[in-house]
Amino acid sequence: MKSTMFASESVESTSISQPPSTLDTFLDRSFRGLTFAFAWLTILLMVYLLVRVGGNAAPAIQKYGLHFITSTTWDVNKGQFGVLPEIWGTLYSSLLALLLGGFFGVAIAIFLTQDFLPPTLEPIFKNIIELLAAIPSVVYGLWGLFVLIPAIRPIANWCYAYLGWLPFFGTSLSGPGLLPAALVLTIMILPTVSALSRDALSAVPPKLREAAFGMGATRWEVILRVILPTAATGIFGALVLGFGRALGETMALAMLVGNSNQLSLSLFSPANTLAALLALNFPEANKVQEGVLMYAAVVLMAITLLVNICGAAVLRRATANMSGERK
Amino acid sequence: MRQVGIPLVAQDINQLQLKRSLSDRRTLISTLLSIGTGMATVLACVPLFSVLLMLLWRGGKKLSWALFVDLPPTAFEDGGGFGNAIVGTMVMVGIAAALSVPFGVLAAVFLAEFAPESRTAAAVRFCAKILTGLPSILAGVFAYAAVVLLTGTYSAPAGGIALALLMLPTVMLTAEEAMKMVPTRMKEAAIGMGCTRSQMVWRVVLPTALPGMLTGVMLAVARASGETAPLLFTALFSNFWIVQDGSLAVMAPTASLAVLIYNFSGMPFENQIEMAWAAALILVLLVLAINILGQLLSRRRV
Repeated sequence: MKSTMFASESVESTSISQPPSTLDTFLDRSFRGLTFAFAWLTILLMVYLLVRVGGNAAPAIQKYGLHFITSTTWDVNKGQFGVLPEIWGTLYSSLLALLLGGFFGVAIAIFLTQDFLPPTLEPIFKNIIELLAAIPSVVYGLWGLFVLIPAIRPIANWCYAYLGWLPFFGTSLSGPGLLPAALVLTIMILPTVSALSRDALSAVPPKLREAAFGMGATRWEVILRVILPTAATGIFGALVLGFGRALGETMALAMLVGNSNQLSLSLFSPANTLAALLALNFPEANKVQEGVLMYAAVVLMAITLLVNICGAAVLRRATANMSGERK
Repeated sequence: MRQVGIPLVAQDINQLQLKRSLSDRRTLISTLLSIGTGMATVLACVPLFSVLLMLLWRGGKKLSWALFVDLPPTAFEDGGGFGNAIVGTMVMVGIAAALSVPFGVLAAVFLAEFAPESRTAAAVRFCAKILTGLPSILAGVFAYAAVVLLTGTYSAPAGGIALALLMLPTVMLTAEEAMKMVPTRMKEAAIGMGCTRSQMVWRVVLPTALPGMLTGVMLAVARASGETAPLLFTALFSNFWIVQDGSLAVMAPTASLAVLIYNFSGMPFENQIEMAWAAALILVLLVLAINILGQLLSRRRV
């Protein structure tokens, strides 16, 4: 075929280039179709996930309605189910983790991007922080149970004894509780927050820094008045995504939070979160409980989806802003 | 220091204080903040070293050959191992990789090469990003609803599917990035030679992007090996080998290292708790080894 088509110009009959044969065209079409099918399959998978979990939760949603979200009792025998304490615990522990993780994450990002370290040391610290993300959460749970809780118990009980009038220190720490859970969550979201903030900080155009230094500003005046405000949107996005991770984290919380259905401001009292509730009750659930737990899963999914979509939108705006400014 | 902007006359230069001095408020604040962030960074590294040291100390002293070949001990039994959990983890991660890698790479080819600007691609990327942020326990809930309820039993494939759902977005998005890094002139040269778009993908893009894609796969595998939440009520746990009496017990509860750590850490028996530490050490070594392998692969990329 090739020789007939290119006979006039080919010096040797074995020319390197040739138009695609019918078979080639057919294979090309099928392969493109295949990739298109798998691309669509991703979307369908997402839809199927929502339908499947939502469908299983539907009877419980109809039966318990919004009361499920606002009531505080969870009694299998009486058939009363409410997840307000779990929602509270999820938000409280994640906010605490965000507060600590945000502070440390941004501090690390600043330390690693603003030329504090010689270029040889920077990647070492960067890798150490990234290794934190590689440790499985169940291992953090184990560590929290046998290392962290014994380590912070004396401090916690000192706070309870002398500062017990503050609602945050209102109870003693007897074992698992909100504070150890939030500390482990902090460690787990730290890599996310610091990596994304680092991206935001290094996207700040160098000329802004140089201009500020040229005006005679000290290093921290440059960081606080020029670099952080410029990178603020990106850092905010990093914090939101870190918050999203903290909300959905399961194992470390299931092991450390204490699995207790109560609303409390105290950092040392046991609490519960939505993800931990699922992890602890699902394996032994009967048919009724299963539907209820699916409802709890829908609530968790709604919260995390909302937070993650917000975070992604903020980050996209941040990159759009940066590339606009660079012109 | 303030006068830097003013034109200098000869005698002014002598009065200028050009040395950094801590008695200046601005310098002092700057130095203190620098020390503060440095300490925050060092403090953030402490948990990692604490975890690793405790794993080596408490898990290391329990290490023995029996751990890899024996079955988990019952309540008051001494010794034992978790050979079945290691096998179970590998089987389930294998199932997850076999499902998510072809799926992710094919979808990524569509995203990177065939229709990067299309609306479908935008929707797929959006879904993949949402899946990245999906809490792992919800992957378990989904696999429970979609597989366990359907087949009527806890099983390794159910666990594998839950893990595959978590691996998919990582594999897809890193494969897309790797393919985008392939120089356009190589692709154009292939097209210019008369390749069809598919031939270009198979002969030029995929081989060139392979190291980057493998890095993504390795990262996903490492993450999946350590996941516990999605396995809790899809694969459950089992005290037996996956091969029983010469037949493969696929549609039955399957053990995994991660769930073993979780189960044993809550038991009141010293032997079980030590086994949990040893299992954690092995799991972390496994995850770190896969991670480092992935990093090495990406470093070789030019």
